[in-house]
Amino acid sequence: MATAHSRTAARFMLSPAVVLLLGWMIIPLSMTIYFSFLRYNLLMPGMEEFTGFTNYRFFLTDPAFFEALVNTIVLVVGVLLITVIGGTLLALLLDQPVWGQGVVRILVIAPFFVMPTVSALVWKNMFMNPVNGLFAHMAKAVGLEPFDFLAQAPLFSIIIMVAWQWLPFATLILLTALQSLDREQIEASEIDGAGPFSRFFYIVLPHMARAITVVILIQTIFLLSVFAEILVTTNGGPGYASTNITYLVYVQSLLQYDVGGGSAGGIVAVILANIVAIFLMRMIGKNLEV
Amino acid sequence: MARAVSTRRQVAVSILAWVVALAIFFPILWTVLTSFKTEAEAIASPPSFLFFDWTLENYGEVQERSDYFRHFMNSVVISLGSTLLGLLIAIPAAWSMAFVPARRTKDVLMWMLSTKMLPPVGVLIPIYLMFRDLGLLDTRTGLVIVLTLINLPIIVWMLYTYFKEIPGEILEAARMDGATLWSEIVHVLTPMAVPGIASTLLLNVILAWNEAFWTLNLTAAKAAPLTAFIASYSSPEGLFYAKLSAASTMAIAPILIIGWFSQKQLVRGLTFGAVK
Repeated sequence: MATAHSRTAARFMLSPAVVLLLGWMIIPLSMTIYFSFLRYNLLMPGMEEFTGFTNYRFFLTDPAFFEALVNTIVLVVGVLLITVIGGTLLALLLDQPVWGQGVVRILVIAPFFVMPTVSALVWKNMFMNPVNGLFAHMAKAVGLEPFDFLAQAPLFSIIIMVAWQWLPFATLILLTALQSLDREQIEASEIDGAGPFSRFFYIVLPHMARAITVVILIQTIFLLSVFAEILVTTNGGPGYASTNITYLVYVQSLLQYDVGGGSAGGIVAVILANIVAIFLMRMIGKNLEV
Repeated sequence: MARAVSTRRQVAVSILAWVVALAIFFPILWTVLTSFKTEAEAIASPPSFLFFDWTLENYGEVQERSDYFRHFMNSVVISLGSTLLGLLIAIPAAWSMAFVPARRTKDVLMWMLSTKMLPPVGVLIPIYLMFRDLGLLDTRTGLVIVLTLINLPIIVWMLYTYFKEIPGEILEAARMDGATLWSEIVHVLTPMAVPGIASTLLLNVILAWNEAFWTLNLTAAKAAPLTAFIASYSSPEGLFYAKLSAASTMAIAPILIIGWFSQKQLVRGLTFGAVK
């Protein structure tokens, strides 16, 4: 039984973490909210003045915002589709007895450890470059015109890069979930004459449902903030074709020095992420063993 | 007969698994191979896979031109520093929540997780301005602080799920034998918690090593870790594939090796204990 003494000690031990996180959340966030109501440009110091919702009006009515919002959604949904479907198939494959299973797992998990800037530059130059990239060589070898991925389909190219990095994550988690499946249940269904497809849809998939949800929600949080891949490949272009909300806010605040407008954008990003986060918290909270 | 069929099946499944695994791994393999080519061979058409003159000169040139070692040290200091500082803050917190749970413990844990949902652009400007005013821009100290704070929820959560598995009865038995809180921590808890702490450390070093929002936005030249070092290769000068490959290989090799060792803990850490 916890004594009053140990309870005081426990509270004392918990407080540094709580105070620091509280500070990290509240101080900068309230500053961002404050800035978002100011006309504040770093190139015009001393000219700050209160402007109400002007920054929000400009940010939300800027055609770039709408394009960035659509790009953000396409990027998140595109990567999720590839990683969840691909990850499920890969997990089913790796769950079978395979020769050299350990090595296969190591190869599959590797892209997750590659830093975003490396992965983006390697894909951009060594694979997608229309002159010297490997894809261009392959196209020429079969007599096709090389395709300029980052100029013709910038968002699609970034989706491929990001999906490559997150596929191992989905695979690993879905595989872990798959391995906890009760073998007897599978055997029983075999005896009852269930085919592989009905077995997958009625037993395996429901068992993996929670892991799939966790994958979707955690990846969404990270995918909403994709940044480095865009910075080192397309710089958001051509035009705004590969700009997401995160990148748009970065351009506005650190490249155009518009602190007020950038802050309004940042708050919009926070609100969008919160809508997603509410689902995630419900999901994980329900399964939490406290 | 049944045995023959299942062996044939295993051969087919194995071949398929290896093909898929090699395809997924191929970009990394290709980068490593290219790093040993000369620049001319790196863009040769058709590209040669293994039969080229293997050379190490790219590695020397990368070190010489952009001082790999300094950026490597920045990465080490930043990722290890933020992880150790995070553990220092998180171990007591996770310990108290796991062993002396209060009515509000679950809420505190969920709230900590929710701070992770805050998109970095939401706080980019104030952090940038504060760092500018405090002289923390482009310093290792500044990055250690930021990375500690953004990864603290994950560290607390991971430790919590590990500590939760240590049976509370052991602590009670120790207490019966007259152990003080301190000796409880040192002699009973620590030995049982070391594996969990070690996996938390590894996972967090990986996350901090690869973090590429704050490291790109808050550093320029001095404190730039490897993420920013590689980003400087985004504007090519002349022939540079082999050098880019050498730099990339050196940037990912250390963490790839650590990552392979800690892949089991990865699942638990990244799903906040929801999938084990």
